[in-house]
Amino acid sequence: MSYQSPVLLAEEARTLRAQLAQRSDELKRKDRVALPMQEMPAQPPEVRRGNTSEVALGYCEDQARVEAERCLACKKKPCVDGCPVGIDIPAFITAISQGEYQLAVGIIKQTSLLPAICGRVCPQETQCQATCTVGTILKDPEQSVAIGRLERFVADWERENGEVALPAVKPDTGRKVAVIGSGPAGLVVAADVRREGHAVTVFEAFHKFGGVMLYGIPEFRLPKAIVAREIDTLRQMGVQLVPNFVVGRTRTLHQLLNEDGYDAIFVGTGAGLPKFMHIEGEDLIGVFSANEYLTRANLMRAYEKGKAATPIVSSRRVAVLGGGNVAMDAARTALRLGAEEVHLVYRRTEKEMPARVEEVAHAREEGVNFHLLQNVTRILGDETGRTTSVECLRYELGEPDASGRRRPVPIEGSEFNMPVDTVIVAIGNTSNPLIKQTTPELETTRWGTLVADENGLTTMPRVFAGGDIVLGAATVILAMGQGRKAAAAINQLLAQ
Amino acid sequence: MNRVLAREQLSNDVFLMRVEAPLIAQARQPGQFILLSIDQDYGERIPLTIADADTEEGSITLIFQRVGATTRQLAQLAPGDSIAALVGPLGLPTHIENFGHVVCVGGGIGVAPLHPIIQGLKAAGNRLTIIVGARNRDLIILEDRMRALADNLIICTDDGSAGRKALVTEPLRELCESPDRPDLAVAIGPPIMMKFCSETTRPFAVKTLVSLNTIMVDGTGMCGGCRVTVGGQTKFVCVDGPEFDGHLVDFDGMMKRLQAYRPQEKDALDRWHQDHTCRLTSQENT
Ligand SMILES: Cc1cc2nc3c(=O)[nH]c(=O)nc-3n(C[C@H](O)[C@H](O)[C@H](O)COP(=O)(O)OP(=O)(O)OC[C@H]3O[C@@H](n4cnc5c(N)ncnc54)[C@H](O)[C@@H]3O)c2cc1C
Ligand SMILES: Cc1cc2nc3c(=O)[nH]c(=O)nc-3n(C[C@H](O)[C@H](O)[C@H](O)COP(=O)(O)OP(=O)(O)OC[C@H]3O[C@@H](n4cnc5c(N)ncnc54)[C@H](O)[C@@H]3O)c2cc1C
Ligand code: SF4
Ligand code: SF4
Ligand code: FES
Repeated sequence: MSYQSPVLLAEEARTLRAQLAQRSDELKRKDRVALPMQEMPAQPPEVRRGNTSEVALGYCEDQARVEAERCLACKKKPCVDGCPVGIDIPAFITAISQGEYQLAVGIIKQTSLLPAICGRVCPQETQCQATCTVGTILKDPEQSVAIGRLERFVADWERENGEVALPAVKPDTGRKVAVIGSGPAGLVVAADVRREGHAVTVFEAFHKFGGVMLYGIPEFRLPKAIVAREIDTLRQMGVQLVPNFVVGRTRTLHQLLNEDGYDAIFVGTGAGLPKFMHIEGEDLIGVFSANEYLTRANLMRAYEKGKAATPIVSSRRVAVLGGGNVAMDAARTALRLGAEEVHLVYRRTEKEMPARVEEVAHAREEGVNFHLLQNVTRILGDETGRTTSVECLRYELGEPDASGRRRPVPIEGSEFNMPVDTVIVAIGNTSNPLIKQTTPELETTRWGTLVADENGLTTMPRVFAGGDIVLGAATVILAMGQGRKAAAAINQLLAQ
Repeated sequence: MNRVLAREQLSNDVFLMRVEAPLIAQARQPGQFILLSIDQDYGERIPLTIADADTEEGSITLIFQRVGATTRQLAQLAPGDSIAALVGPLGLPTHIENFGHVVCVGGGIGVAPLHPIIQGLKAAGNRLTIIVGARNRDLIILEDRMRALADNLIICTDDGSAGRKALVTEPLRELCESPDRPDLAVAIGPPIMMKFCSETTRPFAVKTLVSLNTIMVDGTGMCGGCRVTVGGQTKFVCVDGPEFDGHLVDFDGMMKRLQAYRPQEKDALDRWHQDHTCRLTSQENT
């Protein structure tokens, strides 16, 4: 996949759609499979690496209509099995092919509350699109129906055409629910519980709402206006949003339940604690967790130099350690902040990278250098404690192990030095211990995540949990799915 | 929104502010801090210790030194103004019990964070020797409060303009050598002072608590920007601290990290000076 201009993509789609419209017969299976997958239009790489606007521009209507024709409306719906929340995918795509966009959004919203967000950030190639029949026929899951792009198209259409209906809220029940954390899990619980007429208060530690969607995922991938819109909807539904409130510190769970009159609590505090490599030199100046780097850039707006009070380093050569979405975001943010060279160091091969395929491709196009089968073993600095280079070790794929996977093994004596002034560690996050520290009855697993049953109920009565605090670092859609289940359980509890 | 209720200038660069924050006033314990930001969109989040609290008024007291752009902006707020964001109480509270004889050492602005700890220790029945150090007499803050709480107050200045002409480590060493050796030391002030206080008490095996002032962003354990090495392990000051055993802290590493943003901080200050030169000259001596 190489870069193609949006104008060209739109023209091709227009021609194709016109041709399809002229056909009198119904499209056959093989005709549909033969239609070219519609690429996502994007800002040119050399332009976008100098700005923070969204990279992927979204389908034009012609593209959406052509892409929708590729769907075979399979009876067995394998795609639906791949979607963690089970959106009725063929139904919404059929609606798009008939030009019924409002209907399409309605179908999605029966199961997913945040389609504009999930359409953008879901790792579709491992979820709904992994199992799509078209991809199976073409023997390439990357050629599956672009379900996520279609989802984004209708969600954006709804927003831009001003037809977003406020969810109906039932009359007040007099019951109160506290939601802790305003990430996707918390937001979804707030909406679903509020709809039943219960009073909902969302407590957020930061001064702004949205969780990782705000401080982690950068503007160029998920415009903050979209997240703000969802928050606004909640506000209009009568949800109370309280910023600068750290549960466990400002008030404890016990106080909320026993003194402040909350009938139930949902804990959606995310996987906040950054992992470090525990290698020499990690405390040098210029070494950051991706969380810190991205928070400075996104939430504190350090990219608006001269306006923002929060500083961020001016880097020339940056090494990013890791291969997930977080690593891609950090690498691409560094480019946008003016770094001359960004080197992404990953221990395995590209196939194993947990990042979304589209983000990896975008990062490459923008000029991020990929160092695969390599790992950083030490970080070196000068006498003032500033980072000057990293020492890397090369790996090769070993014999397949019991599971058939070829694990990377270090090549002895292959150490080499790469001069850098900044190192961003993006090797994952674990759960924030804050609530656990102040609520001993909440049981946690070996990994520090909260123990919860399939409805999200924790080991403490009336306290539910979901999202990354239960799953470990996962995805927006999984957090949302868990939120919906917990909300249903809370609503049931309060109905008794 | 947290309203400023009162503002007082304690010395040339040190200010005291009482700020409306009823929930924090109720929850806070000695040793804890808040993060605040002056501007909702562009502000920096800076940590300040809760120096005191009044649950009836629903307020907390902050005592801060004007060092850079944000503390300067803060110093310009007047009663009635609001602080855009204020969150807390953060950090682990000081472990307080009756240790017996405790020596508390405050250097410069460090006397402010020491104040609630001293109050707690006093209430728990400890006998307190308080050593207050400053460059000169004008920089000594909260002297009356310290006198009221101390069983024995020792003041030192670098230039001898008040109390003894000495560094705080001198009376601290004498105390450790004396038959009245303290059971615990608490030292809060500039990193270099905390480092040398810890070195002073080490040979006498007097346990020494220090409160670290690393750079912070979120204050909830999310970014790792506040990390320090303590006893060979990486700790996050905002959730594992801010107090640590001074004999285990890698002060040299921490002091280097505090320099990380020097160029940017200087830029911010220069920018601030350009914007405020006229206002500043008219306010300097309020
Ligand atoms: C850089 C980055 C890129 C990512 N990219 C993708 C992607 O492309 N696709 C995808 O699907 N997923 C992605 N993820 C993962 C995804 O963002 C998370 O799985 C998801 O946000 C988890 O949602 P959550 O609601 O559980 O928690 P979070 O979004 O983490 O929100 C938790 C919120 O709780 C608040 N909080 C924590 N403790 C307290 C407390 N004690 N009191 C009050 N509030 C508290 C936090 O401040 C935060 O706002 C990415 C993550 C990161 C960091
Ligand atoms: C737990 C804790 C409690 C503190 N309590 C007090 C207090 O009660 N009174 C007081 O006067 N100061 C206190 N400090 C220090 C105070 O936070 C800094 O002086 C303040 O952040 C400086 O901000 P500035 O923009 O005015 O200065 P800047 O120009 O940004 O920096 C000046 C100096 O402050 C340090 N600094 C900068 N940003 C931060 C940051 N985000 N966090 C910590 N240090 C920073 C820098 O290393 C530099 O040396 C405390 C710090 C911590 C970590
Ligand atoms: S929510 Fe995600 S997984 Fe489900 S259909 Fe949409 S893009 Fe696919
Ligand atoms: S599997 Fe693919 S082709 Fe079949 S219904 Fe789902 S999206 Fe359409
Ligand atoms: S300030 Fe971010 S982890 Fe401590």
